[in-house]
Amino acid sequence: MVGRMLVGSGAGFSGDRLDAPGAVVRELRSSGERSAIIFETLGERTLALAQLRRRVDPAVGYEPKLEPLLRSILPDCLDGSITIVGNFGAANPPAATELIARLVRQISRYARIATVTGDDMLGPAGLEILRACCDELPNEKLLVSANVYLGAAPIVEALGQGAQIVVTGRVADPSLTLAPLIHAFGWQEDDWQRLGRGTMAGHLLECGAQVSGGYYADPGFKDVPALEDIGYPIARIDADGSFAVGKAAGGGLVDRRTVTEQLLYEVHDPAAYLTPDVTADISNASVSELGNDWVRVDGVTGHARPERLKVTVCYDGGWLAEGEISYFGPNAPARARLAAEIVRKRSPRGLRIRCDVIGVLSVLADDAGESWELLNGIADSEAEDVRLRVAFAGAEKEQVERGLAEVEALYCTGPAGGGGVRLALRPRIAAMSCYVPRNSVRPQVHLRETGDG
Amino acid sequence: MAECKLHAIAHARAGDKGDRLNISLIAYAPELFPVLREQVGEKELAVLFAHRHPTSITRYVLPKLYALNFVLDGVLDGGVTQALNLDSHGKTLSYRLLGLRVDVPDALLKFAKPR
Repeated sequence: MVGRMLVGSGAGFSGDRLDAPGAVVRELRSSGERSAIIFETLGERTLALAQLRRRVDPAVGYEPKLEPLLRSILPDCLDGSITIVGNFGAANPPAATELIARLVRQISRYARIATVTGDDMLGPAGLEILRACCDELPNEKLLVSANVYLGAAPIVEALGQGAQIVVTGRVADPSLTLAPLIHAFGWQEDDWQRLGRGTMAGHLLECGAQVSGGYYADPGFKDVPALEDIGYPIARIDADGSFAVGKAAGGGLVDRRTVTEQLLYEVHDPAAYLTPDVTADISNASVSELGNDWVRVDGVTGHARPERLKVTVCYDGGWLAEGEISYFGPNAPARARLAAEIVRKRSPRGLRIRCDVIGVLSVLADDAGESWELLNGIADSEAEDVRLRVAFAGAEKEQVERGLAEVEALYCTGPAGGGGVRLALRPRIAAMSCYVPRNSVRPQVHLRETGDG
Repeated sequence: MAECKLHAIAHARAGDKGDRLNISLIAYAPELFPVLREQVGEKELAVLFAHRHPTSITRYVLPKLYALNFVLDGVLDGGVTQALNLDSHGKTLSYRLLGLRVDVPDALLKFAKPR
């Protein structure tokens, strides 16, 4: 029986640093411990965008940067027995597996690659379940993607079949970490305490550098060394589920503060962090520094897993347009606000419109704009370098374009001294969640061998 | 007693799920945690975020982490897929909380930032 395992993070979102996994793999390999590296590249809407790409070209729809993410680490992972688990399959796990198999052959290695499917609910059987469980399911013609969050079980099954690389689509982020732990330590599927601990270790890893100094620095208050070269996190987990978090060589830091921020990140009730595998509980958790960028987390426990699984449904959300124009010098905020009034009065009815003056007030207000009045003092700004931003949303492209044209027309018809107009228009994906019974979901695992045995 | 911004004694991180925002608030030093627990409650958050019209605000206390976790519902204009806000996730709002003014006993000022 294995006594200890290391799990490193290679990516925390689609668009993460491509050179980050290298240092993590070097650390894992030199440790000599049983190891895995996880890649979490699937945000809420990322999968819908991947589904749109797949519609255009059935050979794509997986993580676009998959090849550069894996190419340089693949030899070390295969030679050093470092398991790779990633949800980089996105909307097309089989195609991602195909690409990885090609990379394996190119470096003259042999590999067993598992593909996990069954999260996609857009087929006839899946839609029937959704219709029964989702009261406000949009018209099927508008649906772009519907994926249920799978848990660790199918990944554990894949590892049990000897997979060295596991490719998934939608899987709960912490399950990517939990699965290799269950496989290594033989944890039971109702061992809630250990599953809770492994899940929170996964929670700390799933956003990559966010636990090792990324998304944290505040100069003079929270300083972080060498942010340009952050070492991504590595968790060290014992067979009883107790764990510590550290990082690969490079910049960044891991201390009580970084770990506490990430422990509570996107957590609501700390006693009930829900995943398909367990209800994790950090209400009694504590964090202690071990030195050298290692931090131990104690007191995590767990309770029975939820009976229903979450599905994220993405659908056509109409159009979003943004137009901007700058004003400088004396009375600049007043000119920007006058410009906003002109655009509001001339834009087509039925559009949702939001106006901000960047440099005065831009992210704090709500869409209705009432906060202009509520936040007195901020609005009476003496800023001299400001930028009006107008955002439009609507179902019809033509209507949104007409709104946008009103921003451009400010050049000759708006207040004095406006310059630097930029216009952007893009389709929007809307999302909603619903919950389906666990037993209605049937994940599948497909193992393939490739390369020279 | 000295009045200072929360920013001097605590740090925070915001996260979103749909139209729900959570903001963690963590004391720089364990000694400062009572100041957070006693002076930063649901009522204070309701005032700070009144313009976002929260439908509910819940505070969770995590004494062993020297932290509070606030959950605000209905404050993101429908969330990242609906809102017209530049920051549709509400990520920047952790610093709205850190702008709150609190009273810090003189004996604890040595733990305040920057130092």
